[in-house]
Amino acid sequence: MPIQPVLLWSDFFIWLLVAAGVGAAWWSARQPLLAAAWGRVGHNRVGVAAATLLAAFALVGLLDSLHYRPQLPAKAGASPGEKINYSVEVLSLLDGLLTPLRTRVEKTYSEPLATRAYAKEMMEVRQEDGSLRTLRDYPRLRFGGAALGADEVRAPADIAGRALRALLAGVVGWLALCALVSGRLARKVGVPRREGWRRVWHGETTFAWNALLAALGVIVALLAVLVGLGGEYHVFGTDKVGQDVLYQVLKSVRTALVIGLVTTLVTLPLAVFLGIVAGYFRGWIDDLIQYLYTTLNSIPGVLLIAAAVLMMQVAIDTHPQWFATAAERADLRLLALCFILGLTSWTGLARLLRGEALKLRELEYVQAAQAFGVSDLRILSRHLLPNLMHIVIIALVMDFSGLVLAEAVLSYVGIGVDPTMISFGTMINNARMELGREPAVWWSLTAAFVFMFVLVLAANLLADAVRDAFDPRMA
Amino acid sequence: MLAYIVRRLLYAIPILIGVNLLTFALFFVVNTPDDMARMQLGVKRVTPEAIQKWKAERGYDKPLFVNGKAGGVGVVTETIFFEKSARMFAGDFGRAEDGRDIAREIRARMVPSLAIALPTFVLGLFVTVSFALLLAFFRATALDFWGVVLCVAMMSISGLFYIIGGQYLFAKIFRLVPISGFGGGLDAMRFLLLPVLIGVVSGIGSSTRWYRTIFLEEINKDYVRTARAKGLKETAVMFGHVLRNALIPILTGVVVVIPLLFMGSLLTESFFGIPGLGSYTIDAINAQDFAVVRAMVFIGSVLYIVGLILTDISYTLVDPRIRFN
Repeated sequence: MPIQPVLLWSDFFIWLLVAAGVGAAWWSARQPLLAAAWGRVGHNRVGVAAATLLAAFALVGLLDSLHYRPQLPAKAGASPGEKINYSVEVLSLLDGLLTPLRTRVEKTYSEPLATRAYAKEMMEVRQEDGSLRTLRDYPRLRFGGAALGADEVRAPADIAGRALRALLAGVVGWLALCALVSGRLARKVGVPRREGWRRVWHGETTFAWNALLAALGVIVALLAVLVGLGGEYHVFGTDKVGQDVLYQVLKSVRTALVIGLVTTLVTLPLAVFLGIVAGYFRGWIDDLIQYLYTTLNSIPGVLLIAAAVLMMQVAIDTHPQWFATAAERADLRLLALCFILGLTSWTGLARLLRGEALKLRELEYVQAAQAFGVSDLRILSRHLLPNLMHIVIIALVMDFSGLVLAEAVLSYVGIGVDPTMISFGTMINNARMELGREPAVWWSLTAAFVFMFVLVLAANLLADAVRDAFDPRMA
Repeated sequence: MLAYIVRRLLYAIPILIGVNLLTFALFFVVNTPDDMARMQLGVKRVTPEAIQKWKAERGYDKPLFVNGKAGGVGVVTETIFFEKSARMFAGDFGRAEDGRDIAREIRARMVPSLAIALPTFVLGLFVTVSFALLLAFFRATALDFWGVVLCVAMMSISGLFYIIGGQYLFAKIFRLVPISGFGGGLDAMRFLLLPVLIGVVSGIGSSTRWYRTIFLEEINKDYVRTARAKGLKETAVMFGHVLRNALIPILTGVVVVIPLLFMGSLLTESFFGIPGLGSYTIDAINAQDFAVVRAMVFIGSVLYIVGLILTDISYTLVDPRIRFN
């Protein structure tokens, strides 16, 4: 099917960040100190496992950042030369992959793996003698377990069978991958394959391959089960409007990643530039920058964000002509939120960098550079910045988890992402009353909780590993 | 000492003016009052007369900074800036959309906010410091390791889930406390129990880890080694030396949030239906009541600056190495 690619602004920034990340990796591989520090991260088993999990999340987010508009089916009897029409709905590659999850919408709530709906309904059933009888019962789901037909009692066996088959396939694939990795490692150092296998699993490699493979094993196993069951059942149930919860949590990942990463595009230049300049030049420049960040800092974060977002809403609502599609509006609102979060959260890092720059500028090598007549700009970029890099990297990874958590709270308060955009915050917001129902609808919240917890936990663990590796005081 | 405090107070003035100008720019320059009127009245069917009326009712029909038409002092005073922003310094916040006086509302709502925030703060501090001390005492053992793991896991859970889960568990399943609401006098205790408990628990993760690092930094210092070399017991070292000295950075670190306790907590108050300042702010945000949000921003910054000054003073009080200059 021909498609029309769409580049949303947030896609652009995401891919810009990917390019920057690749560039930074290439650059730091050539810096002996940074390479050594990253090597220490690679030796940290918890860090590697966390990074693997994050990479899986990132993959979901990246797949969800390639957008297109599918072609509408041509009208019957249209001539071949007619203009092709594209849908106004903007889809992503992930949406395309998850078409079964996206399109198989039930009427309303249904429990995970259920074949019948959550609430009873009045139904008309045709009796054997041909008469109609009305009764109240749980209606059969349109898609959940549809392949079983009327043979619903087989559902548990069917679910177990599908899960086991998928799991088996996953484990076999994973074992093959393990053998491949350990075989390559063995060939590289010139030992037998069996010895390579042993070294990997006894943690005798410099890079923690065992952690990577173990984390990958967990991911592959879960993914296999989800793929095996997802086509036929609603693995995490459906929400109020009958949408698959698994689809929603997967879509939330991108929003969280955009908030956590794109924000740093705003924070970083501001914090690094202003912080270093203030610490290096001192005097009135320092006073001015300090005044700026003390003022910004003295407004409680949530309130400043609330005020800015309210104003953004006014601007968006009074200028509907700015946006061609709803997806574009939601996307720009997401970016504006990143921008606002960035503008309000650079102060901490700037203060840290200023303090460090104040210390560094008194050191001999900076004074020597000054005595040689090296220009200020050059001293800043060649002598101060590389020696502050570890603080920047640590702050970057530490901020990520905080931003992901902040998005949920802000969306709950109503000053977060667009209500039509799927995110952890909007999921929680929509589901917050569901536990109060009788019987409680627990699956939406639980799915959001588990995914968010794993994402933030992995980010926190990686942040710890990075801090341990980069902070000179820890070594 | 007095001169020092006066100097700190004077330093706060330009910051408050900065905050005031910033919020003014955010609320009146980024979007004109016309935009706000259109938003409030509904974008579609809005006549210029309706906008004029809306603006006149709220006093937004005046010029921003300079009123050329008014004579005398009126050139400056009969402007949006003077009436809406400058008067906040005098504690006059104007009226909310529902016509009530904001300053009075704030005074009334401070009490429930404090009733939750203060016990949460005190109890939380006590619990986290004790827990961190325990971990530091058993440092590099299994207890320490799993304690830190627990902290990292706890800080990876969104505050929303603590509240939702806590309400579900204690109010719906066990029916120990009411789900939400607030009452006066001793009756309030029933309503406060759960929010305070949740507030304490949700803060354990990050604070404990932070205090543990402070304790561990202190433990590696020379005077602690000297104390051990003198033959003091480990408990004596921990409570007599490490705890006392580590309390300096901990206490000075928390002093800054004490004034902000007046503001209450947005999430807790809105979930538990407590008529405090936090829920007031949330309601204002949802109703797009700009006057209330503006007032809360201003009060929040004043309280933060008070906190900063208190922090500086407490530093000089507890740490004799710091001088007043």
